[in-house]
Amino acid sequence: MSKIVELINVFALLSLLAVGGGTAVLPEMEHVTVERCHWVSDTQFAEIYSLGQLAPGPNMTCVALIGYEVSGVAGLLAVLVAFFFPACLLCYFASKVWDAAEGSPWRDAVQRGMAPIVIGLMLAGCYALGKTASYNPAKDWDVNLLTLGIGAAVAVILSLTRINPALTILAGGAAGFFLLG
Amino acid sequence: MSDATPRVSLGKLFCVFGLIGVTSFGGGIVAYLRRALVDKEKWLDEDGFMAALEIAQTLPGLNSTNMSVIVGRKLRGPAGALVATLGMILPGAVIVTALGFGYVALRHDPKVAVVLTGVAAAAVGLLVQVTLKIGWKQLIRPQDLIFVVVVFVLVGIFHVSLLVTLIAVAPLAIWVHRPCREKEAA
Repeated sequence: MSKIVELINVFALLSLLAVGGGTAVLPEMEHVTVERCHWVSDTQFAEIYSLGQLAPGPNMTCVALIGYEVSGVAGLLAVLVAFFFPACLLCYFASKVWDAAEGSPWRDAVQRGMAPIVIGLMLAGCYALGKTASYNPAKDWDVNLLTLGIGAAVAVILSLTRINPALTILAGGAAGFFLLG
Repeated sequence: MSDATPRVSLGKLFCVFGLIGVTSFGGGIVAYLRRALVDKEKWLDEDGFMAALEIAQTLPGLNSTNMSVIVGRKLRGPAGALVATLGMILPGAVIVTALGFGYVALRHDPKVAVVLTGVAAAAVGLLVQVTLKIGWKQLIRPQDLIFVVVVFVLVGIFHVSLLVTLIAVAPLAIWVHRPCREKEAA
């Protein structure tokens, strides 16, 4: 039971701190769930995040799987509610206030001021995932070369084409299967 | 938002958001939302959509669920917000749960492990690309780049708590972009 409470505390706070979208809390989530609470390993964290890219809907729904690892189905449901409900409730009331502030020049200042913070957090998220998923010192150099190469190839392909990102994730899995298997 | 907000049934609201929740593979939910809400159902005009998106992106929480709350509230009040958000989240949650059960059962299988290694490596590439695509403006402006670097180092390297970082950095960043009269006069 105490694990459920802990899950709810962690994910409810993360929910409210997700400024500029879910990926902004990725580095903090990785640090808390992997290094502080030891709920999942760093490899599991990266794999769970990438499974989220293969499902439709908000890609952070995958956080539910961390709850499942910790306390089964009860943990899964607890994390889903804790991660989505507080931010939705806040949004419900704050959007009313925001409507009232229509035309205030400070709205623009808030948006432009928060933009670089969000980008900094997203880069930290890239680093938090990449330090195991792209370059893992515990693995052989040829594996690391391949994982770095897959990431670079995906980034380049997505920059140059309008292909569905989920397909590039599947292609990464196929590359792992044929080149590492 | 126009004065003539259309009357929409809760069932219809759930179906429209649920359809997006089921079909939006690969992210980019905002594009799906625009197609459904503006082009197909005509519940919002272009300006109304952009206004809602602006709020959704600024408030904490996921952009997709915030959009569901905002648009659901505009159309049908609290019940609409709840129904639209559930429609958005539930399909993906069910699918990710199914993937997760498979993951927990199979991840120690060496064949599955190499697939997961490739999948995770590709997901990092996707995240890097999305970050650069939406962030290039901030990365080339020195006064923004400072905040990008400070936040990256605090949260990414030193693991300063996100709450502390936001309290320390956000007011400063907003102050740098504060409304100023001289700019308007120029």
